[in-house]
Amino acid sequence: MKMGTLAKGSGVGKAARETKGWYLAHKWLLLRRFSQVLTIGLFLLGPLAGVWFIEGNLNASLILDKVPLTDPFLALQVWMSGREMESQAVIGLGIVLGFYLLVGGRVFCSWVCPINIVTDGAAWLRRFLGLPKGVGLSRNTRYWILAAVFVLPAIGGQLYWELINPVSIVHRGLIFGFGLSWVVVVMVFLFDLLVSSDGWCGRICPMGAMYSLLTPASRLRVSAVKRQQCNDCLDCFKVCPEPHVINPALKGEELGLGPNILNINCTNCGRCIDVCAPNVFEFAINFSDNSRIKL
Amino acid sequence: MDEAKRKPVNPEEQKGVSRRVFITDSARGAGVALLVGTGLWSKAETAHPIPLREIRPPGALPEDDFLGRCIRCGLCVRSCPYDTLRLSRVEEPGVVGTPFFKAREIPCEMCEDIPCVKACPTGALDKELTDIEKAKMGLAVLSDHETCLNYLGLRCEVCYRVCPVIDKAITLERSQNRRTGSHAMFIPTVHSEHCTGCGKCEQSCVLTEAAINILPISLVKGEMGKHYKLGWVEKEKKGAPLVPSILNKPLGQWGKDP
Repeated sequence: MKMGTLAKGSGVGKAARETKGWYLAHKWLLLRRFSQVLTIGLFLLGPLAGVWFIEGNLNASLILDKVPLTDPFLALQVWMSGREMESQAVIGLGIVLGFYLLVGGRVFCSWVCPINIVTDGAAWLRRFLGLPKGVGLSRNTRYWILAAVFVLPAIGGQLYWELINPVSIVHRGLIFGFGLSWVVVVMVFLFDLLVSSDGWCGRICPMGAMYSLLTPASRLRVSAVKRQQCNDCLDCFKVCPEPHVINPALKGEELGLGPNILNINCTNCGRCIDVCAPNVFEFAINFSDNSRIKL
Repeated sequence: MDEAKRKPVNPEEQKGVSRRVFITDSARGAGVALLVGTGLWSKAETAHPIPLREIRPPGALPEDDFLGRCIRCGLCVRSCPYDTLRLSRVEEPGVVGTPFFKAREIPCEMCEDIPCVKACPTGALDKELTDIEKAKMGLAVLSDHETCLNYLGLRCEVCYRVCPVIDKAITLERSQNRRTGSHAMFIPTVHSEHCTGCGKCEQSCVLTEAAINILPISLVKGEMGKHYKLGWVEKEKKGAPLVPSILNKPLGQWGKDP
């Protein structure tokens, strides 16, 4: 019964696999998964193997007892609640801000955040089963929620989003004891699978929304450099968690847009590079004089 | 069809539509944000304002300030050499991700260098606390006089012996054992001025359920009106009675000179 939809679903990236081979059709996906597993693994080295390279969790941490890291999303909420932070957290904030301003804010989402694995899984299953798109919650909803997340501490003095933030609950759970955190994982998975496609990361998550706002300064972008070679297979649109970011870069030549994907929602995941058989896309560091270094 | 797909949407041509879409999108977004906001607010307000049996680490700011400043990173947990501290999980009553300990399970060993306070990156654990004996994590309360063995006339007093601030935070106060009529009782008595709330007493209480418990100070500590004066304290301060004594005569019958 499902054969038709199954064939349709599994078609994304097929052409790329056939022309480039399996490895090149999954190169950035593999690198990303490696980075995500490494993020959790380095934190787990301490409790599991007694090697304390990094302590804490994604909210704040300390590398080799020296270098602090602080998540700007958390730090801003603390400040909005009217509380000061001590210098360690402020220095950590500077380091993390600097890093994401350099590589693009939403690199956090696709290369670091543990929830990405969950929502990517839901998106894959949704494609595989050929499920409909679900409720059309605007992608701007996340900015409204972001506003609420920062306004609430100013009124009530607590970090309210942390009561439900799946990103910190899951990452902390993996390191400090998971308990019923899997309920959060299942809820996000089912939301993305059955309620709204790209629902959590693309429409709800205020953390991603904040990291989007850190993106514009970054010189590291995906670029549709060989857009003339596009054969309109739509695989990149189907696989992209934020497909609206592709159109101006890929099809905007007449309007003088692109070829760099400049939309702040692009997570620099590089999946479009993987699934494109004609190799339209590439990662590049772009300089203001239009020169570029391809990655 | 192919042409239409190829052609990008010109924002100028679509202005009317996009404005309408923008307004409905914004209204929906604001609605969702409002829903989420009120939901979180009510969740936070209906949760226990102070977790009763989950004691904060030493130096923790007052609970309201603590919840605004604690970044839920667990660096205090990692710094604790006795694995006393842990982070509240989703299914536990405390605020998820915040540090606490359960005195009955693993109490605070009151490290002199207070590593948990040093580890806190934000200052939710106050670095003003440099003397662990000044910590106020909670207050020990001998809550059950019916099962405490010393109240029954025995000489258990384990809580007194294990107290790191022995003879100051817990003393043994002698009183008469009315049941036997001829014995003394030694009542473990907590003095809030010196009790740090470390929980050693609760942990080591020999009963199946501890008769002495660490509780949040704000829950158990009374407070006298500011105008209250203790006559005997004032007398000591002044070095003389507050009012001239009228009873300097030997007691006899009222109204009659002896």
